Amino acid sequence: MTSSRVGIISIGWYGFSPSTPEVSFREMMFESSNRAYSAVGIDPRKEVDAFVVCQEDYWEGIAITNEFAPEPLGGVLRPTVTIAGDGLQCIVTAYQLIKTGYFDIVAVEAHSKASNIATLSKIYEIALDPHYVRPLYAKNPLFLAGLEARAYMERTGAEKYHLALVAVKNKNNGLNNPRASYATPLDLEDVVESKPVIDPLTSYEIAPFVDVSITFLLAGEESARKFTDTPIWIEGVGWSTETGTGAIAWHEWGRMRFLRDAANQAYRIAGISNPARSFDFAEVEDRFSYAELVALEELKLAQEGTAHILLESGDFDIDGYLPVNPSGGSLSIGVALEATGLVRILEATLRLWSMELVEEAEGRAVVASWRGIPSFSGGVVVLSL
Amino acid sequence: MKPNIHVKDKVAIVGAGLTLFRRRMLETSRELAWEAAREALESANLELKDIDCIVIGSAPDAFDGVHLKGEYLADGSGAISKPMVRVYVGGGTGVMVPIAAWWHVASGLCRTVLAVAEEKMSPAHPHPQGVFAYIWDPVVERPLGPNLLWIFALEMRRYMHVCGASKEDIAIVSVKNKANALNHPCAQAAAKITVEDVLNSEVLVWPVHRLDVSPVSDGAAALILAREDIARKVTDTPIWVEGIGWTLDTTHWYNRELAYPRYVEYAARMAYKMAGIERPWKEIDIAEPYDPFDYKELHHIEGLMLAPRCQAWRLAREGYFDRTGELPTSPSGGLLGVGNPIAAAGVMKVAEIFWQLRYEAGERQVKKPVHYGVAQAWGDLMQVGTVVVLSN
Amino acid sequence: MARRIYDKEHVKAPGTPLSSKEMYQLPGTIEYTPVAKYRFTTGQALSKFLEELKRGRIAGRKCNNCGRVYVPPRMYCEFCYKPTSEWIYLEGTGTVVTAVVSYIGTARERLEKPEIIGIVKLDIDNKEPQGYDFPGLFHRFCNVSEDDVKTGKIIGARVRPRWKLEEERKGDITDIECFEPIEG
Repeated sequence: MTSSRVGIISIGWYGFSPSTPEVSFREMMFESSNRAYSAVGIDPRKEVDAFVVCQEDYWEGIAITNEFAPEPLGGVLRPTVTIAGDGLQCIVTAYQLIKTGYFDIVAVEAHSKASNIATLSKIYEIALDPHYVRPLYAKNPLFLAGLEARAYMERTGAEKYHLALVAVKNKNNGLNNPRASYATPLDLEDVVESKPVIDPLTSYEIAPFVDVSITFLLAGEESARKFTDTPIWIEGVGWSTETGTGAIAWHEWGRMRFLRDAANQAYRIAGISNPARSFDFAEVEDRFSYAELVALEELKLAQEGTAHILLESGDFDIDGYLPVNPSGGSLSIGVALEATGLVRILEATLRLWSMELVEEAEGRAVVASWRGIPSFSGGVVVLSL
Repeated sequence: MKPNIHVKDKVAIVGAGLTLFRRRMLETSRELAWEAAREALESANLELKDIDCIVIGSAPDAFDGVHLKGEYLADGSGAISKPMVRVYVGGGTGVMVPIAAWWHVASGLCRTVLAVAEEKMSPAHPHPQGVFAYIWDPVVERPLGPNLLWIFALEMRRYMHVCGASKEDIAIVSVKNKANALNHPCAQAAAKITVEDVLNSEVLVWPVHRLDVSPVSDGAAALILAREDIARKVTDTPIWVEGIGWTLDTTHWYNRELAYPRYVEYAARMAYKMAGIERPWKEIDIAEPYDPFDYKELHHIEGLMLAPRCQAWRLAREGYFDRTGELPTSPSGGLLGVGNPIAAAGVMKVAEIFWQLRYEAGERQVKKPVHYGVAQAWGDLMQVGTVVVLSN
Repeated sequence: MARRIYDKEHVKAPGTPLSSKEMYQLPGTIEYTPVAKYRFTTGQALSKFLEELKRGRIAGRKCNNCGRVYVPPRMYCEFCYKPTSEWIYLEGTGTVVTAVVSYIGTARERLEKPEIIGIVKLDIDNKEPQGYDFPGLFHRFCNVSEDDVKTGKIIGARVRPRWKLEEERKGDITDIECFEPIEG
């Protein structure tokens, strides 16, 4: 273990569009990685100590998709490992590797080639518990999100229009983000007047999918300062799983306990005692509208049962007390399969960089990501300038 | 990579547990994971509440037929409101599991880790081999309708050609490992057989016969890793993780010299360097090289630098790698003898070194004194090397 | 702390083995066929490779930094980590590196007629490249006997691709029917 801080020193990306027919997933990985390395003049063949990739077989359509990881990253004959988890978990892994004191510079990559998948809904079905849930033959495996949303509304008194307000906020926020393919000017009426797809969620409240590859470079403090004047420090990390996908009876509906546990861990490491007053902005889970409100409470950015009230009063607007998903979030950018967590960290990092000269800014942000239906896993990172 | 002169935070293995390895088991994937986890916890006199973090290892999701398999195995593996991660490097996963557990502890983020590997190959039918149809490059390889055994047979043939080994020379490994497994409580394919039996068994893809290959298995295995202070409280005989190493070679296995696994050597060098081992062929007392096929054990012994190139088969013939030999390899019985529930088999190998270094292997205990042991696994398209060096 | 011996005499490992018959007779066994379908984009390197196969040529990419030639082609050199430099076209002649006889198919079913499979190291400028890494393909062989494989006669032999008729080619690795020995 080393007391050295861990910093993000470079990011490269390719895609952020609904489909990318011009490249294979491997070429996309090369493009994002090559950009990340060249931005800071790092030779991955010599200077990167380990390569961490977040991906999952059925998303790729390849059993043992790890086979394809080393070449496009520059990781051939070097330590390269696949983490079957959300991209945020890969950032946690890189953080751990550097914290051992044995690794200095670590590359992290995750990508989504969702446009390659012809039967996306069926892939979600394969993730459902084979004994209890799959035999229900639900037409849409995302029905679990509807159950969550209803349980959340029941507990807090939030109404359908509160959920709609999340979509309105995020879809409009994305209009200023060149990476937000699904941003659109939207008002509350557009949402509340459209028919639910999964009761109570309308199509505006369910994030679509996007193709992207993102590569991060993380480094220990000394190297980080060598390669850049403005590393974004990872002040704290947390990750947790509430229970298995086959144990939905144990899940506490309408909550994300795993985000609460992850946040507690990340705040402890970062030394944050009053989260609601510690951040300039938050990039949090919003692949479904309700998820943003639940996440804000689990991250202690809003008191129990108040997120929807604060939202309605404009506290989470881009010019509000605590801007939430100023990037437009997944509702504007899209769900990038296992790269979703990296999208959030990328947006947070770019925004922190843009705040460098803003005097009144704390220069600190919190990012939270969930692995999506039907998992009960997620993570939190605290970033600072 | 930083030179690792002062290892401040030593990491130890303090417990291990396995389920039976069998062709078909009644238990679900989650139940198998739990059975192994429970055994490991009991062996260390710990309870789940003593565990900070969970690491899961499992190979293709398609075997169990569950997408996001790590999430599915979570509760069975003890990940109930705990930090959990699943690592995945194909067949190399089993040894990647303790490597990942090592960085969880060495980073200072977790004091104790329960590391669980599980594989249930029986649900896939008519045969789990069908699952392997999807490991190939979808454009250049899959249209040829390949069988997984092809690539191993191609590699074995190349090894035989370059190193001058005969089928008989290679079959000796299968005979040795299946006999070693006779004393293993979980073994699926333990047997007293002869070289002739191997040569007379069904030819699958020449030069590979049925008895050159490990069986298809269900099973799970678990380890407990802990920070030094906790390890010393829990047990009088912690087994230290002295070195870890892993590398991946290119995806394009048919663009490489198959007679020698350079990726295993690179991974081994990384682990030996960390462990301060300069002459592994002298300093390593016992080894568990990955042996899904008999030739692979020889191949990997050379990659681990425990024998000169192309010499492993000659040494095997002299009994050098027997349980009573100078450098016992696969004293557990290996995958050929104990069975091959992919990720769990790799953890089983690490567990065997753990028991051997604690002198707890009973009937399987090697005859010589042991100080340093190495376990290794291999995977993907003949490109992964994962290596752990342990000491007592 | 007492030592726990882990061998057959002292340990009964958990788990309940089943026979094939028992497994399929279990009540409530759930039959499920995953519907996982994909349209893989081949990308810049492989789409050109497949197009050229249709024309009866084998296309590779060369890295001018290290001189490596890649077949199948890659847009980036995995050793230098730079974009590869140029397209080159190979005759397709080469040397057999290894070969085997397969008696089983994809799902382990016995084949009526065994197949010969192998790896060909492809010539560059009519010469066999040296080194650990080389341009090459994995494919079926024709006009090679089981004995040629078992005796090792085939290893090191010179081979060339047998192309399908032009009108039957579809831009797929099977446009090469197989590799066959060059006479004499």
